[in-house]
Amino acid sequence: MTKPIYSYLQAELEKRFKVLKLWEAQDGSRFLEDHNQIIRAVVSDGGTGLSPELMAALPKLEIVSSFSVGMDKIDLGKCKEKGIRVSNTPDVLTDDVADLAIGLTLAVLRKLPASDRYVRSGMWKKALYCEMLLYFQFSGKSVGIVGLGRIGQAIATRAEGFGCKISYHSRTPKPESSNYTYYPSVVDLAAHSDILVVACALTNETRHIINREVIDALGPRGVLVNIARGATVDEPELVSALVEGRLGGAGLDVFENEPNVPEQLIELDEKVVLAPHAGSGTEETRKGMADLVVGNLVAHFEGKELLTPVV
Amino acid sequence: MYSYLEQELQSRFNLFKLWQQPPSKIPEFLKSNQRTIKAVVSNARVGADAQLIDSLPNLEIVASFSVGFDKIDLKRCEEKGIRVTNTPDVLTDDVADLGIALILAVLRKICPCDGFVRSGKWKDGDFGIVTFPCFLLQFSSKPVGIVGLGRIGSAIAKRAQAFGCSISYHSRTQKPLKHYKYYDNIVDLAKNCSILVVACSLTDETRHIVNREVIDALGPRGILINVGRGAHVDEPELVSALLEGRLAGAGLDVYEDEPEVPDPLLRLDNVLLLPHVGSDTVETCNSMADLVLANLEAHFNSRPLPTPVI
Repeated sequence: MTKPIYSYLQAELEKRFKVLKLWEAQDGSRFLEDHNQIIRAVVSDGGTGLSPELMAALPKLEIVSSFSVGMDKIDLGKCKEKGIRVSNTPDVLTDDVADLAIGLTLAVLRKLPASDRYVRSGMWKKALYCEMLLYFQFSGKSVGIVGLGRIGQAIATRAEGFGCKISYHSRTPKPESSNYTYYPSVVDLAAHSDILVVACALTNETRHIINREVIDALGPRGVLVNIARGATVDEPELVSALVEGRLGGAGLDVFENEPNVPEQLIELDEKVVLAPHAGSGTEETRKGMADLVVGNLVAHFEGKELLTPVV
Repeated sequence: MYSYLEQELQSRFNLFKLWQQPPSKIPEFLKSNQRTIKAVVSNARVGADAQLIDSLPNLEIVASFSVGFDKIDLKRCEEKGIRVTNTPDVLTDDVADLGIALILAVLRKICPCDGFVRSGKWKDGDFGIVTFPCFLLQFSSKPVGIVGLGRIGSAIAKRAQAFGCSISYHSRTQKPLKHYKYYDNIVDLAKNCSILVVACSLTDETRHIVNREVIDALGPRGILINVGRGAHVDEPELVSALLEGRLAGAGLDVYEDEPEVPDPLLRLDNVLLLPHVGSDTVETCNSMADLVLANLEAHFNSRPLPTPVI
């Protein structure tokens, strides 16, 4: 294991395998050297993945089982070359991530943290009617989704329950989603959306797909929600847009350099809602993800088909 | 008062601003203006009680900037032939949205997470994922129980269904057109759901409808959401259940004695406390204001009222 991920996961792994904890080693490279003949599998998460150095240090590596759906920190091409299997945890976390996308959207539009603080601080007793906090409606608004994969589709389904109009951008249009409007350009999608949700995988093409042009198209009443990867958004541009009022608000679960968050975002505590990459962080889902990680490893070592292979 | 409404009232009528009077001066103020006051514009919190109504002999209409009229003495108004109007429908979506927002925010601890990041603690470690049992709970597919399946309750049901939730409800009578599971008593409803949402109107029958028995039936993994009226819930029982861990969490937009909120709640991170903002979006406040104005204009032009209560 590259890092402590989840106690239930670790316990389940320890029941079945010899688990070597990389983070406990005083000297990581030495530790790997000492054990590189016996390490056949790596368990990691979305944020850490499998670094090139780690891959190079483990000649007997057969499989990487990732506690995530995101694969941006694993060189899949290299793994394929070397015959290393890779598995992730799709589907089990789709609902939770989609729930958080809607949760963040509502939290931004209805200023939940600021309103909760208004009550807890005693301000409500002093001023019954707070016109300083402007709340905006969610129902019926236009929601634009960048990436209509499992998670994007789940977000669309939920937003439809609120009477929202759905449009999307992806590499290619999805014929099965013909009731949603497709925009080949993200800028056009943003221009036609009140709320823009980033739900795509991080690839070379989607790095900084949300740039200044897109943010300006979304506009001063627009809200950006990111539950994908921090790097899909040009973070300095996002920050300056929020500070200057060129963007109405943002709900962010991911950042370019987690767990570091730009100081100006910390200061904007009414129009911005922040979460610590908790998209899949419910008890139910974490357990489901852990079971998949373990299940994939067990399948591999029993010579069976992987449950959720990527490579 | 909502500034847009205040401005419009001021430009169309002679507006007396009671909230600007110190409480002790109110009777005097009303007495000196009682001949000319023909309408009262009120809201959910203040209403119009018998005392106010009696002190305005020429009162013809009470137009409330709310859908709830539990604080208006309807009986007295009816006796005196005073019309009463409210603002139904325009706020249904917003209140339903807030119901779902409260559910998501409580289960996923959205506000504590936001605070966690802002405090810098994220740099020290994961939000409870590693250090203690992760107590963030899933919303999707959970059974949702709704108390009161009126406009707002139905709108909440529709939204929750989009998250794959199964819907059950309790109300005075079963609604044949709604294909959700009906429970003729609220304790059974609470036993069979993880999320209990109060969305009924406040009447004598529904006062404290959520009591200790209901809360215990909802249980230590259940959460209570209230977008109805504070008086629907036995507040001291709710507080003790939360403190003792007999209830997992609560999302509240209303309280028994607003703006007073029980002190112990202010220190809990498994509750979300909002200052009665269910319908407070810019869009809806404008629509509600327009409806108040439309009711007043209709009355004074002897036209049928758009949204009369009586």
